[in-house]
Amino acid sequence: MTHHDQHGHSQGGVHAHISSTGMYVTIFFVLMICTILTYAVSTIDLGAFNFVVAIGIAVFKASLVILYFMHVKWSQILTKLAVVVAVIFLLILLLLTATDYTSRNWLPDQPGWEKHQVLR
Amino acid sequence: MSDTNTMAVAHPLPEEHVAHQFHDAQQQYESGNLGMWLFLLTEVMFFGGMFGAYAVYRAWSPEAFKLAAATTNVPLGAFNTVVLIVSSLTMALAVQSAQLGKQKRLQLMLVLTMIFGAAFLGVKAVEYSEKWHHHHVPGLNWQWEGEGPREVQILFCLYFAMTGMHAIHMVVGFGIMLWLLMTARRGVYTASYYNPVEISGLYWHFVDIVWIFLFPLLYLI
Repeated sequence: MTHHDQHGHSQGGVHAHISSTGMYVTIFFVLMICTILTYAVSTIDLGAFNFVVAIGIAVFKASLVILYFMHVKWSQILTKLAVVVAVIFLLILLLLTATDYTSRNWLPDQPGWEKHQVLR
Repeated sequence: MSDTNTMAVAHPLPEEHVAHQFHDAQQQYESGNLGMWLFLLTEVMFFGGMFGAYAVYRAWSPEAFKLAAATTNVPLGAFNTVVLIVSSLTMALAVQSAQLGKQKRLQLMLVLTMIFGAAFLGVKAVEYSEKWHHHHVPGLNWQWEGEGPREVQILFCLYFAMTGMHAIHMVVGFGIMLWLLMTARRGVYTASYYNPVEISGLYWHFVDIVWIFLFPLLYLI
């Protein structure tokens, strides 16, 4: 454990958190267990919940990678903000697309619109 | 999590590593990090468009998704998921080695990361050739005897677009690792200057995260 406090203004080095090998290996094993869990759950028929569970586990795995492997847990506030903004932008993209897709059928069919039988 | 064995260190930085526009090494380090995250933000939107298309077409024809997913090779996809997580671990340890100034360990971890990255691409090539063999390549070699050829074909288009763009990112990542290894062998990276290793690691982990979502969406459900 070394604590140099030479974080000066003119020179000085880089202050950054250094995680232990044990922590990285722990996160690795949690990711592996989650992968096995993802596969195990997919073999059980939960109906629509299969999708929810798979995405839920994937989001949890991605969060672990972002926080620990990508060091965001110890990053400066601006970096954390960039990560949150990325998530918000992605949600805007996906949710606004979803509002369009789900509300299409609320309108009566317009002349010229072709009906196509879709495999469901 | 066992965070107890962590430490904050600071090392004097050779002056030549601080570019003139930065106040000090810390500002340079944080600016580089933030810049990489802004690039990753654009990458999130890039892949996000394809995930959006996936969501719409999945809602459009869920049955075709089940038919298409049933043709994917789950053991190979699972193997590749494990390979990528291992490569993320070696990448994280490469950054840690650079932070601690362990030159040999840094080079070893970069080589391991490249080996796992290459293994991933090799398995992907096997999967693609399987798809070609079964005539499941839209536009080039397409034949579907079962139900809903039109809907299923769209899903295979998404499969190739998403895994293909991911594979291209892997190839780019492999090139970055090669460059890091060559510069690391010259001893460029020290405990006080390792920004390139760290932000290349961010890229590698991002590509891993994309696959974390692709595997269940394209293979399992």
